[in-house]
Amino acid sequence: MEYLKLLGIAVIVIGFALKWDTTAVVVVAAIVTGVLSGMSVPDLLSTLGKSFLDNRMVSLFFLTLPMIGLVESHGLKEVAVSAIQKLKKATPGRILNLYLIVREVTNVFGISLSGQVQFVRPLIQPMVQAAASVEKKLTKKDVELTKARSAAVDNFGNFFAQNLFVASGSVLLISSTMKSLGHAVQPIEIVTASIPVAILTLILVGIYNLLFDRHFKGKASKHDKKEE
Amino acid sequence: MVNTLLTILYVLIGFMMALAGIESFRDVKSPTHLGTGLFWTLLAIIFAFGSFIPAMLVGAMIVVIGLLSLFKQIKVGNLTQVNPKRAAASAQKLGGWIFLPSVVLAIVSILISQFTQLGGQIGIGIGAVVSLLLAIALTKAPVKQVYSDAQRMVRSVGAPGILPQLLATLGAVFTAAGVGTLTAKLIAGVFPAGSHLLGVVLYCAAMAIFTAIMGNAFAAFAVITAAIGVPFVIAQGGSVAVVAALGMTSGYCGTLLTPMAANFNSLPVALMEMDDEMGVIKQQAPIALLLLVLQMGLMYILAF
Repeated sequence: MEYLKLLGIAVIVIGFALKWDTTAVVVVAAIVTGVLSGMSVPDLLSTLGKSFLDNRMVSLFFLTLPMIGLVESHGLKEVAVSAIQKLKKATPGRILNLYLIVREVTNVFGISLSGQVQFVRPLIQPMVQAAASVEKKLTKKDVELTKARSAAVDNFGNFFAQNLFVASGSVLLISSTMKSLGHAVQPIEIVTASIPVAILTLILVGIYNLLFDRHFKGKASKHDKKEE
Repeated sequence: MVNTLLTILYVLIGFMMALAGIESFRDVKSPTHLGTGLFWTLLAIIFAFGSFIPAMLVGAMIVVIGLLSLFKQIKVGNLTQVNPKRAAASAQKLGGWIFLPSVVLAIVSILISQFTQLGGQIGIGIGAVVSLLLAIALTKAPVKQVYSDAQRMVRSVGAPGILPQLLATLGAVFTAAGVGTLTAKLIAGVFPAGSHLLGVVLYCAAMAIFTAIMGNAFAAFAVITAAIGVPFVIAQGGSVAVVAALGMTSGYCGTLLTPMAANFNSLPVALMEMDDEMGVIKQQAPIALLLLVLQMGLMYILAF
């Protein structure tokens, strides 16, 4: 039955959806696909081994880790935090937009921040909340809103700018997968093709954040915002 | 030339993984130090000597790695943390210069890939080495510190660090087994290939939906690009770079919409002690949907 080999896709979808161990799920999916498409065990192991070796370029980002570790242990985050703190008097939307830019730019330089843990929770959300409470006494729901939006902005900046760095995991994965699929493409071409969407995100989220300020404009906009 | 250089870079990666292996074995306080040490050692062998040993042996090692992971024997373990006092003191002294190595990494790798015949991969490798040397000069860090930071970073990346490569491998296995052509045949029974717009909409939407189901755009990318992206868009004359890049970011729109992507959407809820488990996703939904539609438009315009 030819369609049996599609079970490998089912393994991936179900395994990821049910949060089974990811590494094991991928290996099992490869084995299932190989066996069900009629490969012998030695053939299967060779295919697996050869494919893994052919895709070693995806893991080139490991080479950048020692440098990043070194600048990290010498104050990278401390410098970034103090730069953001200099802008305490802004509105929630402007703080979020500044953070969005910082997040996109650091992505361009391949600095991947664990944004939610290192910036949003300890720094960005408290600043946004502080700025939001200048004109308006915040309800519990308002505070919740500042948390949700701060986390969302981190994800926007992180996702749509990460392809701007040639050695990012995603760019290397795209390039390597396309080569496997018989349509080779250079990492730098992926970066160039990712510029429009990064700019689009910057504009859209920028406007979205400026609109966010209206929630906190004192009595002028006392319209009770219903739970979205 | 390019292949020799690449092999050297892979040997360097193997060397770093060997460091992570040694330090994992030495981390005896962690109950999984043997499994984790073995994991890094196998990878070190694959990276450093992969070009010289039979592929079948590499395949067997990957199965062992899968088993180690299945039985939860790969853990980050106990890492030496960054010393906050020294980091703060160094931040005082270096200020903005601390960003210089990262900037140099980006510039060197782009220059090499644009203006030499060596290609992007070599560019990244050389950029990484140059920027590391610069960082050492800038921070005047002793060898011991460099060693400690390198093994800390590699170990903290852990098993998820090789997930992208494993998924790309899976994509290759799918191709070898003919999964892509088969799914394409199935889908073509429902949607005829040939219409550019329909192909683009189908591919972007499938990327977003499968990513939302799996919670991982990288995993969706290998599957959906083989099944839909290539036959329905690229084979119709679409630019490979544009289709692949926008396909991936369409997947990210799915990430923004799904509770399956726990790292991004549930972690902040827990971190900030929010009441609404879906709060972050609700803030993301309007932008995610808008971006998905706009990306379909972008792909349609830019790819053909």
